[in-house]
Order: sequence, then C-alpha cells, then structure tokens
Amino acid sequence: MTDLTRLSAAVLAEKLRAREITSVDLTQAFLDRIVSVDGAIHAFLHVDADAALATARDVDARREAGEDLHPLAGVPIAVKDVVVTKGQPSTAGSKILEGWIPPYDATLVEKIRAAGMPILGKTNMDEFAMGSSTEHSAYGNTHNPWDLERIPGGSGGGSAAALASFEAPLAIGTDTGGSIRQPGAVTGTVGVKPTYGSVSRYGLIALASSLDQAGPVTRTVLDSALLHELIGGHDPRDSTSIDEPLPDLVEAARQGAAGDLSGVRVGVVTELQGEGYQEGVQARFDESLDILRAAGAEVVEVSCPHFEYALAAYYLILPAEASSNLAKFDGMRFGLRVEPEEGPVTAERVMAATRGAGFGDEVKRRIILGTYALSAGYYDAYYGSAQKVRTLIQQDFDAAFGQVDVLVSPTAPTTAFRLGEKLDDPLAMYLNDVATIPANLAGIPGISVPNGLTAPPEGGAELPTGFQILAPAKADDRLYRVGAALEAALEKSWGGPLLDRAPELG
Amino acid sequence: MTQLVDYADAVRRFDPVLGIEVHVELGTRTKMFCAAEVEFGGEPNTQTTPVSLGLPGALPVVNGTAVEYAIRIGLALNCQIAESCRFARKNYFYPDVPKNFQTSQYDEPIAFDGWLDVELEDGTVHRVEIERAHMEEDAGKNTHVGGTTGRIHGAEYSLVDYNRAGIPLVEIVTKPITGAGDRAPEVARAYVQALRDIFRALDVSEARMERGNVRADVNVSLRPTAEDPLGTRTETKNVNSFRSVERVVRHEISRQAAVLDAGDAIVQETRHWHEDTGVTTSGRVKSDAEDYRYFPEPDLVPVEPSREWVEEIRSTLPELPQARRRRLQIEWGYADAEMRDVVNAGAVELIESTVAAGATPAAARKWWMGELARRAKQDEVELAELPITPAQIGELQRLVDDGRINDKIARQVLDGVLAGEGDPEAVVTARGLEVVSDDGPLLAAIDEALAAQPDVVEKVRGGNQGPVGAIIGAVMKATKGQADAKRVRELILERIGS
Repeated sequence: MTDLTRLSAAVLAEKLRAREITSVDLTQAFLDRIVSVDGAIHAFLHVDADAALATARDVDARREAGEDLHPLAGVPIAVKDVVVTKGQPSTAGSKILEGWIPPYDATLVEKIRAAGMPILGKTNMDEFAMGSSTEHSAYGNTHNPWDLERIPGGSGGGSAAALASFEAPLAIGTDTGGSIRQPGAVTGTVGVKPTYGSVSRYGLIALASSLDQAGPVTRTVLDSALLHELIGGHDPRDSTSIDEPLPDLVEAARQGAAGDLSGVRVGVVTELQGEGYQEGVQARFDESLDILRAAGAEVVEVSCPHFEYALAAYYLILPAEASSNLAKFDGMRFGLRVEPEEGPVTAERVMAATRGAGFGDEVKRRIILGTYALSAGYYDAYYGSAQKVRTLIQQDFDAAFGQVDVLVSPTAPTTAFRLGEKLDDPLAMYLNDVATIPANLAGIPGISVPNGLTAPPEGGAELPTGFQILAPAKADDRLYRVGAALEAALEKSWGGPLLDRAPELG
Repeated sequence: MTQLVDYADAVRRFDPVLGIEVHVELGTRTKMFCAAEVEFGGEPNTQTTPVSLGLPGALPVVNGTAVEYAIRIGLALNCQIAESCRFARKNYFYPDVPKNFQTSQYDEPIAFDGWLDVELEDGTVHRVEIERAHMEEDAGKNTHVGGTTGRIHGAEYSLVDYNRAGIPLVEIVTKPITGAGDRAPEVARAYVQALRDIFRALDVSEARMERGNVRADVNVSLRPTAEDPLGTRTETKNVNSFRSVERVVRHEISRQAAVLDAGDAIVQETRHWHEDTGVTTSGRVKSDAEDYRYFPEPDLVPVEPSREWVEEIRSTLPELPQARRRRLQIEWGYADAEMRDVVNAGAVELIESTVAAGATPAAARKWWMGELARRAKQDEVELAELPITPAQIGELQRLVDDGRINDKIARQVLDGVLAGEGDPEAVVTARGLEVVSDDGPLLAAIDEALAAQPDVVEKVRGGNQGPVGAIIGAVMKATKGQADAKRVRELILERIGS
C-alpha cells in the first residue's frame, strides 16, 4: 500500500474526493508518523490527535452525505504556534505564554476549520518568531530531517521540518524576514510569503506588524497555491488586509508546471549573490537560471542598490515594533505570572518579574534594541532613518519590476548550519535572512523552491538549497507560475521530488 | 504648605495663562477599535473582545462612527479636518492599558487650528484658540481594594475592569489661553461648559460630567506681565465638574503666586485636585522624563476622510448652542440682560418649549424666571427639576389669557400642579378656582361694599377716582379673590355713576 504521508496535498485531496481514502485514515497515518519520528525531529509543541480525528470523522460523514466540500477538506494540516487556535495552546515558542488557551481562532484558522481540515497540532518556532534556526524556542530545538545535528531554519523550523519529515502534508508558517522561505530552503520544502495584506494577520501573535505575513509551508508549489487560496482574501478584522480578490494561484501553478516560460522576464538581483553565498548554493542557483532560460524565460541582471542597507533597517524596524507588540505580555491578564521573590508585590514589579522570567535572551535583546530605537532623541536617527531606507528599497523594487516580471536569488546564503553554531553570534545569525528581508520591507510576495543539494563547506552529507522568486505586490500568481515551472524541470532531472533523497528517519 | 496669595492680589501682579485639555467619551454603540458594545454600568469585564483585552493576535479596526463624531466636533470648533491622519502608539506600562500602549493620535490629529467663542455670565466674549482635536481610546478602570483611602497606597490588591478600555475619546487641546486676566477661572469654566453644550447639541456624547463622560486637564502658569514669556505650568488632571474647573484655576493662581513670591520656581508637574479641601497637591513630576516612544500604529492604515464626506457632515451639523441662543433672543425679543439671565438659569429649553405650547415669550419668561425660579431656589433644585412641564405652564397662561383665572389665582393653580394635583385645568376644577364672571353675585358684593363705605362713594362722585381701590379690595375680599378685578371696577363706577 502507498505510504499516504509521502503524497502531496493535491494528490491526497484528489484521493479523498474520489473516496479512495478517508480523512480518518489519512489523519491517523500522519498521527502515526508523528509518533514514530517526532521524538527525533521535535517539530511539534502540541499534538491534538483527538481534535484532528474528530474533524476527520466529521468531514468523512459530510462527504458521505454528499455535501459540497472544500477541495482541501479532510487533508490534515499543522499550524505554527504563533497562530492562535481556540481551545489549543498557542505559545509562540515562549515560556511567557505557557498554559494560555486562546478563547478565539485566528481568521486563517477559522478558514482551515471551515474547510474541514484536521489540525494535527502546533509547530515549534523561535520564540515570538525571532530567529533563523528555531534554537530560540523555549521548548527545545527542532532537528533538520536531512541531518539531525543541524538546524531546520527559523523561525518556522517546526512547520518546515514537519513537512520535510512527512509528519504533515501542509503547514502554516509566518514570515517577517524570511521565517517561511529560509526554513523551506534548508529543509528542501516549499514556502511562500504572500503579498503583505493578502492573508489576514488577525490571530497571528504579532512580531512586527508591518512585516508579518502568514503563508503556506508545503512540499510542492501546487500545494502552496491550494493552501494560499484557502487562507488568503480580505478580512475586515485586519485593517491592513487588501480588499481585492486574490489572483488565480492554482491556475498559475498548473500553467507553470506545463513548463513554458516564454515571454517571462527574470531579473537576477546583483546584490543577492556572490560574496557571502556558499559556493554550492551559488552553483545550484546558476543551474536553476539555466533551467529557466531553457523554459523560454529571458534572464537579465538587475541592481537594487539599497539592498545593502536592508538588514540594518530591518533590525531597527522589527525590534521597534516588537518592543511595543510584546508589551502586552505582563502577567496581568493571561499567560505566565511571576511575583517578585522579595519585596512588595506591586503591578510594576510583577510585570518586571514576569517579563524577566518569561522572555528568552533573544527576545529581551530585541525589546531592548527596539525600545532604544524609539526613544526620544534617537527616534529620527534610528526608526526614522530605517523607514527612509524602507522607502528606498521599495523604490528599488519598483524600478526593477519596471524591467522584469520576477526577481530571483538564492533563498538563503548557506545550507543548514549545525545546531549551536551561530547561537552566540547574533549578527551571523541575522545574515541568514539577507536575501529574504527586502521582500518583507517592501510588502511583496516571495517563494522558496527546493533547487538541489550541496555539501556544506565543512564537508559531510549533501543538504538542500533554495531558489527564491519575488514578484510585485498582488502578483503572487507569478511566483506560482515560475516556481512550478522550475520545480517540474528539476524533478524531471532528479527523477522525483528532492525529499525522496532525504535520509530515512526512525 | 505655602500660604496662598489672595486671589485679587495675585491677578493684579501676575498674568495667568491657561491650557485646557478636554476628553469626551463618544456615545458610539461600540468601542474605538472593536465591536464590544458600550453601555454604562455593565458588570465588570463583560464589554470586552480579544481586541479590547489586548489578547495576543488581536488587531484593531477603526470605528467609522467615532471618526464621524470626531469630525463633527472638529467642525463645530471651527477646525481644519486632516485629509490624511494616522494613529500612533503611546507606549507605557500600566495594568488598565491592556496592550501597555494606548492607541492615540500624536503628530497627525484629525482636526486642528480652530477656535471657540466663549461667553461669560455677563456677556463678555473670550475667544479660545483650539490647537487640535484628536481621537484615542480610553483606559480601563482600576479599583484598589483594602486600605482606607481607596487609593493604591495601602491597598491589599487591585481589580481592573476593562469595560471602559477602548471606549472612543476625543481630546480637545487649546492653544495657550491668554488675556483673560482676573477672569481666567470664569473663562476656564465657561469654555468647558460650552464644550459640554456642543457635545450634546452634536449628539456625539451624553456628556455627563458626573459619569466622567467629560474630563478636563487644566494647565495653569503665571508670568509677571503679558509681555513676558510663558511661565512654567502645572497640569491638574481629571477635573470633573464645571465648578471644579473654576476653582482649580483660582487655586493654582493663588498657589503659584505664593511660590513665586517666595522666590521659588514652579515645578512642571501633574497635580491632583481635592474637591473636599479645594486644593491641589503634587503628583508626578514631569521632569522624570516620561518617554512614550510614540510611533505610527502599524496595525492601522491612515484615516483619510474624503472632502465630500466632510462637507456632507458640515452640512448636517445641527445649530450650535450659541447660534441658537442668538436666534432665540431675536425671536423672543429679549434684552441682552434678560437673555443672559435665562441662559444662566438654564431656562432656554424650558422657555422654548413653553412658547411652543402657546405662551408668549414674555409670559414664558415671566413664569420661569419669576415664580418658578423662586420656587426652585426655595427647594434648592434646578428649574428643569421642578415637577411641572412647559406644556403645563402654557396651559396655565392660556387660562389667564382667556380670563378664566387671574394672576393671583394662577399662583394657586401652580401650587396645585407642583403638588401633583394634575394639569392646570384639573386643578382649577378640583379647587373651584374659576373666575366669577356672572355679574349677579358681584353686584351684591359691590352694593354691600358701597353701603359700608359711604364716604368713599362721596369722594368718587366728587370726581376723585383714587379711593375706588378700597371698594375693589373689599369686593375681592368678599369673593375670595375669584372676581375679575377689571370687571369689578367697571361695575363699581357704573353703580356710583347711576
């Protein structure tokens, strides 16, 4: 019998629709897989088998009754722990939210439930999505299925690792500076950061409001399109939500998979390659460009001169917004509450003790940075300047998209590094997101598609690399068209999905 | 404590400058940024949503009605309305602020650069320049339990009610109010009162001071003369009645004058007003640098009221209290002083309704500003609180005009109405107060009176009509005041002449 867990969501959905399989069997298969491999991977912080199976039973019954169901009905999904789920823990990887059970669902979770998709559980992440390795989770590391001694990327390492280890067919991630795309690159999975405002942020525990965006984490480009269409669309509860219909993403993915990119102009960003990019990463990238050319695309080089300031601007804007967004965690209304060990128990001292005990070092570091950047006398120099850089980066993109349809780069400069390797060097850690951050600053969409393997510089087994495609705001369909074309050509050359080459687990 | 300087002395030697910040809670159905319904007096923490509790993941959405109300207020205060304005986060940790930041407007208020002409009790008009009117959300309410004072010090624990958290507020900030001199306290009071009247006329708030719908922060500073630069100011927070606004200004002028006389500097600080003792005491010192780390609220898009919408709102603004008073004064033909008395007595609406009920403006004023004002004062209540309606006054006056009762009887009817005996008609009937208009019984009474006073009759016959009053008096006495005095006079003269 076929191992259901290795099939794509699109295929599983088809089998469910054809009543070849039931959602209960499918959900149970993934729950079993979680039991057998998650001890080694630790992708999940919380697994709710009963709730998932209850949803599966319900959707099977509705299908049996002939109800008109969503195309993804019955396909299980994992949700990053930064997204609130009613009645299920939602910790954002932080001790400060340990034990908190949200009384409401995020809009995208409502959509998932309404579609009849069993939620397997909540996935691990860097605390409050601050990090590129998931090592900043308060609940332990997640391991990269390609090499258990290595990081799965971050902040959404849990969702990416769950997909790469076949513990789930779909997952939700969030991407503030690359937290969907970079884990996708280092685990050989697909991740999409949609246009800012195209997926509701209502119910996402905010890191940086102007940068955060939820999106699909999958094993195929088509699966991402299917999930993106489900979770996207206008939400009156999010003021920054775009009040326009999404482009036809699934159609774009299907069109791209046919392999013809004639007339598509592809821009290679000069500033996002070369120095600082691992040799093998650059080699795989160059090979992918050849594939795009072969498919009929015109590939040119474009310069985005202000990208060199992107990382610096990002590390002012993000901490500034985060310092304010994270102020609500104070022990007064929900989550952890710690009273001072000695001295009077005043509100201020309880807040201080709670935050001192509940936040990890990286979170404290960024709160301090952000508080400083917003302080009187420093605001203009830091936050103000960063906003100006942001405008310049947006202008770089505008100019570039005047010449080309999509921009491309390696998703991450390196393959997965070893656990602990960069933990004491925040700046080295931050550099992982150098290629993904500009899209967040400009609010444009991006996808990471697995584009090969390469040995890490220090030697050892080969690890995945990722190919990033960026498109103008609200033109997310271009990601799917180009991404699916690349994916199809690569899988043809490999003779199957990249993940088939990952080591067996368990 | 420093001895206060006598007020008259203080304002003779110093020029007071005021700045007033008024917060008004808007009477919208739901909160500023979420759909939690707002109702006064609900059980604690029942009027909340994930948004107004500041739960993780919740996002704000601007209440369109609140924006419309803010624009109404801005227009009524002769302000410019911003074409685009943003909200900002004011960051500070306090348990009654659920997100530990207040969503407010900082450098981009929705309304700015306005003015309001404020009329004092004697008719003097003082123009108050408006700096800005901006939108923000209210905080929750802390209750400190245990201890004796109800204050946080000495309390065993504190409870927070988030029902109020997120209620829309508009804060109206004046430019420095100068040139008021010794009348600064009156100007302050009249300004806040005028705002309250405007909020009610605009129907944007119940504007009940006692419920905290309207709260004023009063800034006061002194300088030697109007030519000197502004002095250091103090800000007295949460002053919740018109009278207190006036008293705070008066007190601060006397207190600051004393500090300056002693050669000390005024400390820029927040002060608390004590209603019972009539003094302010030092609160937070501003110089310990509160840094609110304002930055534009990234969860909200800019508010961009279209010019068409603003003009539509402008065209539907109701008549404002001052314009209305001016119109009514002309319509009623009252002298300036008369109108002022009516306004000060809070009788404008009462008279308006009484006129609508058929009374002449003069008659309506005579009743409300005369007999009824006397009764209200006697009972220590407001005019509007008397148990009598403008419609009843209209009916009473109609009875007089129709000659069915006279003025003197009318007062008895008034007694009846105030005593809850029903409408004037009913009181007249029940008490049998109708004027005696049948001449028969009158003539009998007149003949009796004439017979009793032959000397008077002689004098009148001799052409001296002066003493006829004595006979009228006797007749009225005999008829217990129910006779029409005019008719009695006619009959007496007829009798004597015949």
